[in-house]
Amino acid sequence: MAILVNKDSRIIVQGITGSEGSFHAAQCLEYGGNVVGGVTPGKGGQTALDGKVPVFDSCVEARRETGANVSLIFVPPPFAADAIMEAAAAGIELVVCITEGIPVAQMVEVKAFVEKVGSRFIGPNCPGVLTPGEAKVGIMPGFIAKKGAVGVISKSGTLTYEAVDQLVQQGLGQSTCIGIGGDPIIGTTMKELLAMFEADPATEAVVLIGEIGGSMEIEAAQYAKEHVTKPVIGFIAGQTAPPGRRMGHAGAIVSGTDESAAAKKRLMAECGIIVVESPAEIGRTVKLALSK
Amino acid sequence: MKIHEYQAKQLLKGHGIPIQDGETVSAPGEAEAAVAQVEKSFGATQFVIKAQVHAGGRGKGGGVKFCPDRQSALDNIGKILGMTLVTPQTGPEGRLVRKVMVAQALDIAKEFYAAITLDRSKAMDLFMVSSEGGMEIEEVARRSPEKIVKEWIVPGFGLRSFQARNLAAAMGLEGAAATQAVAMFRKLYAFYRAYDCSIVEINPLVLTGQGELLALDAKINFDDNGLYLHPEVEAMRDLDEEDPSEVEAGKYHLNYIKLDGNVGCMVNGAGLAMATMDIIKQYGGAPANFLDVGGGANVETVKNGFRIILSDPNVKAVLINIFGGIVRCDRIANGIIEAVKELELNVPVVVRLAGTNADVAKELLANSGVAIISADSFEDAATKVVEAARGKG
Repeated sequence: MAILVNKDSRIIVQGITGSEGSFHAAQCLEYGGNVVGGVTPGKGGQTALDGKVPVFDSCVEARRETGANVSLIFVPPPFAADAIMEAAAAGIELVVCITEGIPVAQMVEVKAFVEKVGSRFIGPNCPGVLTPGEAKVGIMPGFIAKKGAVGVISKSGTLTYEAVDQLVQQGLGQSTCIGIGGDPIIGTTMKELLAMFEADPATEAVVLIGEIGGSMEIEAAQYAKEHVTKPVIGFIAGQTAPPGRRMGHAGAIVSGTDESAAAKKRLMAECGIIVVESPAEIGRTVKLALSK
Repeated sequence: MKIHEYQAKQLLKGHGIPIQDGETVSAPGEAEAAVAQVEKSFGATQFVIKAQVHAGGRGKGGGVKFCPDRQSALDNIGKILGMTLVTPQTGPEGRLVRKVMVAQALDIAKEFYAAITLDRSKAMDLFMVSSEGGMEIEEVARRSPEKIVKEWIVPGFGLRSFQARNLAAAMGLEGAAATQAVAMFRKLYAFYRAYDCSIVEINPLVLTGQGELLALDAKINFDDNGLYLHPEVEAMRDLDEEDPSEVEAGKYHLNYIKLDGNVGCMVNGAGLAMATMDIIKQYGGAPANFLDVGGGANVETVKNGFRIILSDPNVKAVLINIFGGIVRCDRIANGIIEAVKELELNVPVVVRLAGTNADVAKELLANSGVAIISADSFEDAATKVVEAARGKG
């Protein structure tokens, strides 16, 4: 077991004929996932990945022909909002969007649309989802991860890799790793994923990597206090970030005192989250929590 | 992206939203003509001179002056134009005032606050008003939160009339003033959405003695991701208001923010970059900057990154922390070696590479002959760079 994706996931890649899309689709296939097709409007009938998978004009067609239930999106920003809605409307259960730079106003509408249609959406501006040893739906370097019992939820890309690396050094594998993205509006929140990991028998502990800005970490911590029995280990990046400045991610805006790293960490600790002070201590802290 | 008050007012005026209008002056020689124009266009006899900088609290720093007559207006333009304005938001170094706005001084009966921004946790835009205008809204929110009234916009539906009426009523407006408010708020939200704004703030929104509702000030920020849709807005960008090294970094697609410490850092990924700054602080140092070199780090990005970091004279040591995923560490190592050789660096450089081909990369660095301090882990890197910055490295 794991969450969101596994060896049975049937994956299509929207934007498979672009350079990013084709490179990463090949990597996902190489990792062992079932990449069953791609979608590029106007290029239906062609093949991609050296002839290994068919390309379709639309998500509806791709789903009908391949039985796809997961879509991975590499469509450029001007077309990405539409691509996400297309996948959701076609009945794709899980939509993962890697694209960076989608206007926030469009994402507000996309989120409302996807919820109405009933798909699960991860991203945008994220590294995707990885269930070690089973499937990779995104751009995470698969080789650093190892199958195991720690769930990882993170707003960041490379900081996720850092955490996974530290876990592996402690001999701890991961059930599923999810990069949720750092944009102001994202499809799936920390709280929702925490609930999924709590219900997943293969997960024994969860690592929550947050950043300054927004209140998602607090909402997750409050949920954990009431509903999560497994240990949750949390880290918040951006203690030294100056207030009011944007640090790469739009998510990293300190707009109020309750969104600062210090306030988030205090509130998380009050909710029973094991808060890690140093980003170098994530792996060791999880090890300690699991040995208790 | 931020714009000036005068630019924000131009945009709002163009969309039928009433504003306090005026003229802008960017050189002392333009003052006479600008004041004369405000007299002519608006029948003004009294004036307000306002410094145009991208920072709030202008009044507190002496950047906004009421002028009872023409001569006083000219005197104050002379004083404010070219001054270094220090406000609570500029930092102690202040901002050079390159432009001022000359506007008609109005007979103000009542001041309000109105703003639109995104409520992230609800994933909806939020329209807020308060009868407590003209002051710091954070203060109102703290002291009497019930005085801020909110309406959330359901995605795709815009600000509905009943919502605008609710807001006007909450401000205590009636009759013609309420009618004006409803029309203005709906136009304001339509503008916010159409232009991919991240903030539209009218503080104060005023009711004049003549019963006219208008924006006395306007602050508009835009979502950078949406700028490609609005070239006319992008053209309003004022590079003079931004840090020159940040502008330079932007040219190379590097995300750089200058801070006031002495340990420069170069990292791939925003989250890891912030965590690197945090660990430097925890080990007793102070980060000199935030620098995310992004996913496609190569020889050129590393070189440009070094140049920008070292343009800050406070930097005493540099930490490079790269977690190679798709990016191969051996390529980064070659970039570092080439950059160090070419730029003849005179500060210690600590390098920590992890992930794809990290072992090959470490060997390359060790055999390169360039003076690089290699680190094995995140904490090892932090320890070494903080020591190096103190001159013990």
